[in-house]
Amino acid sequence: MSAPPVTPALRLRPRSAWHVATVVETRRETPTAARLVLDVPTWPGADAGSHLDLRLTAPDGYQASRSYSIASSTPHGQVVLAVDELPDGEVSPFLVREVRAGDQLELHGPLGAFFVWRPGESARPVQLVAGGSGVVPLYAMAAAHGVAADTTRFQLLYSVRTAADTFFADELAALTGPAFGLDVVYTREAPDGWPDAVGRLTRETLAARTVPAVQRPRVYVCGSTGFVEAVARWLQELGHAADDIHTERFGGI
Amino acid sequence: MRLPPGQTLVQDWPVLSAGPTPQIDTADWELTLQDETGADHRWSWDELLALGVEDVTVDIHCVTHWSRLGMSWRGVSLDKVFENVESEHEYVMAHSYGGYTTNLPLEDLLDGKAWIATEADGGPLHPEHGGPARLLVPHLYFWKSAKWLHGLTMMPDNEPGFWEQYGYHIYGDPWKEERYW
Repeated sequence: MSAPPVTPALRLRPRSAWHVATVVETRRETPTAARLVLDVPTWPGADAGSHLDLRLTAPDGYQASRSYSIASSTPHGQVVLAVDELPDGEVSPFLVREVRAGDQLELHGPLGAFFVWRPGESARPVQLVAGGSGVVPLYAMAAAHGVAADTTRFQLLYSVRTAADTFFADELAALTGPAFGLDVVYTREAPDGWPDAVGRLTRETLAARTVPAVQRPRVYVCGSTGFVEAVARWLQELGHAADDIHTERFGGI
Repeated sequence: MRLPPGQTLVQDWPVLSAGPTPQIDTADWELTLQDETGADHRWSWDELLALGVEDVTVDIHCVTHWSRLGMSWRGVSLDKVFENVESEHEYVMAHSYGGYTTNLPLEDLLDGKAWIATEADGGPLHPEHGGPARLLVPHLYFWKSAKWLHGLTMMPDNEPGFWEQYGYHIYGDPWKEERYW
């Protein structure tokens, strides 16, 4: 049997493995979500946009695993997650409400080499489109873009219920500048004096607030299945090639 | 025990895909099977269905930790598709509309273990779940059940497909938790 073809993805991807993480800090991210800062001495680093599997083990040996996007991480250092509590969830309520500094968790990762952004890989502009907590891997990309002082044009269109539900609100605001533009669409309630209409993202808003197809942006879309389906379809109708549209979805469990 | 390790039971049907959902009309749909002789075997939608559609009830297991049990499907057994194909090659690359690929050993597609599914949950397969037709290989993690199936190519070696190149396991047995390499 011949060796499989070696692709750049195979060479560049940090090897995934099991890691023991110690919780350094937890705090409220939104009314339904928590930010977890984890100390992971063996962490190899991760491309922006990747995810990991988090495994909990009960005293009786029962185990439950879920996948979470990585908000930020540094090699041999800290991994930051932002976890939204799902009604009837098995793992997320524990992570959002119960976990305390000093607790230990098991992680497997980093995972996913497709829905990622790496600095210097392409000069084409990047358009990020987030729905709700789907902003987490896209925030990771925007932050990595900022850290790398990459001058590729980055733009994020973020659809979120209210200002209080915004993930990484301060960090995103701090990233805005000549190379990073942030557009927010509030779907339920906007801050006082907000100039734009409140309501679900429409094709017209998407067309008006995103990098046009003629500039051939690489587009990353993350949100619920309904959000991703609608946005990906509109993007294609607006002239973006299917190959330029990367999607990731959350939900289900 | 019907739930493999690390899996959680769900009642709904989560969606995972790398890009936009291809919209393929059954009038335009075609399946091709290429072997090493260069002979092309082709089936239109009606020709595929004419091979014989059967009812299938199986459990499915996604690498992202969810499983659905006792799910009802309808589809064409791959035994029928491979009936008149003669190949020395032991591996198959499945190709999707949209460019996605996944690799499988031929023996995992034969002997009543795999289907080309055209219906699920009592209705036509919805595009976001891989319609009009997808592979159904329930004994492997579900990314192996390629959505929007378009072609099967015989291979002499077990070359990795799309997700396999991005770190997913080359085989993907859920009972051995072969998620990632």
